[in-house]
Amino acid sequence: MKKLNILTLFIILLSLFSVNTVAAQGGGDISDDEVNAIASELFCPVCENTPLDVCETQACKQWRELIRLKLSEGWTDAEIKQYFVDNYGARVLAEPPKEGFNLLVYFVPPAIILIGAVILFRAFKEWKNDNGEKDAPITEASPKSTRETSNPKDDYLAKFEEELRKRE
Amino acid sequence: MTEENTPKNSPQKRGMPLWVQITVWSVLVALLVVVFMGLQRAQEGNVQTGEETGKFDFTMPLFEGYYHEGAQEISLTDLRGKIVVLNFWASWCVTCKDEAVELEEAWRYYQPDGEVVFIGIDYVDTEPEARVYLKRYDITYPNGPDMGTKISQAFRIQGVPETYFLDRDGVVKHVQLGPFQSTAQIMSIIDALLAE
Repeated sequence: MKKLNILTLFIILLSLFSVNTVAAQGGGDISDDEVNAIASELFCPVCENTPLDVCETQACKQWRELIRLKLSEGWTDAEIKQYFVDNYGARVLAEPPKEGFNLLVYFVPPAIILIGAVILFRAFKEWKNDNGEKDAPITEASPKSTRETSNPKDDYLAKFEEELRKRE
Repeated sequence: MTEENTPKNSPQKRGMPLWVQITVWSVLVALLVVVFMGLQRAQEGNVQTGEETGKFDFTMPLFEGYYHEGAQEISLTDLRGKIVVLNFWASWCVTCKDEAVELEEAWRYYQPDGEVVFIGIDYVDTEPEARVYLKRYDITYPNGPDMGTKISQAFRIQGVPETYFLDRDGVVKHVQLGPFQSTAQIMSIIDALLAE
């Protein structure tokens, strides 16, 4: 009976210790999904091009724990992101803020696509016009003359025959 | 001239309006300049020996419990006339731990004379872990976070640890990439600067 009591006491102490450990880490009730929802919108400067939610370096693990801590303290997503910007610069954001030099990121690619589309449209239009002008006389010509215009060898023969005619 | 080459028979080509051409070329040239500048900066590497640091002066807030002459911030320009040791570190950096004790030993050796100032710049770190690190290695010289990574960008650091030794005029005299091997190594660099 005494042994049982000691064992029970040991289990209770162990469980209390476990609870304290979780509490000491902070944010024990914050799920990984909640942390990753914010982490996926951040990039650690140490591991460029790897979103924070999938980065496995020690630096990124610490950042995720910091997010968990801030969430447990009641910070909003926006406040946490602003904290990271203040501490590590705007380059940590997956989507740079729409101001200053960053505006280039938002306006230059669409502008290039638009300009490219206009150039392509005009080019196709011109090619179509060129083909239309070329097609017009061919439709009136005989099958022989079609071959003459399309085949360089036939062109040469035609010129040769013309020269012969001139000499006659 | 053959018949098919005469301008009369060639189709009328309608090019892009002049203003569109100028805009497109301007945008392309501007983009190339931006890309070129980015590449050039990326290839520059870290600040080299002989560079003047006055152009990228900084004022850094210090962690709670750290002071420089009674203030909880430190400014690089205020340190003219002294030898400055700038050490970039992070709590997640394994090799930073290899030199933490040596840096602190060197600092404690030079601190009484007041001619040498050590500054620890915590790069891309989280404050709770940074505090644990500072406490674990009993680091007493001024330490603070690199807010917005502005200082590390100014020095174009390639990683941590990196240490820059500035002379009394703020000129970089020695750059240490990676950890120091011993306290004697740190002291030999500082002694040479003090002797100048």
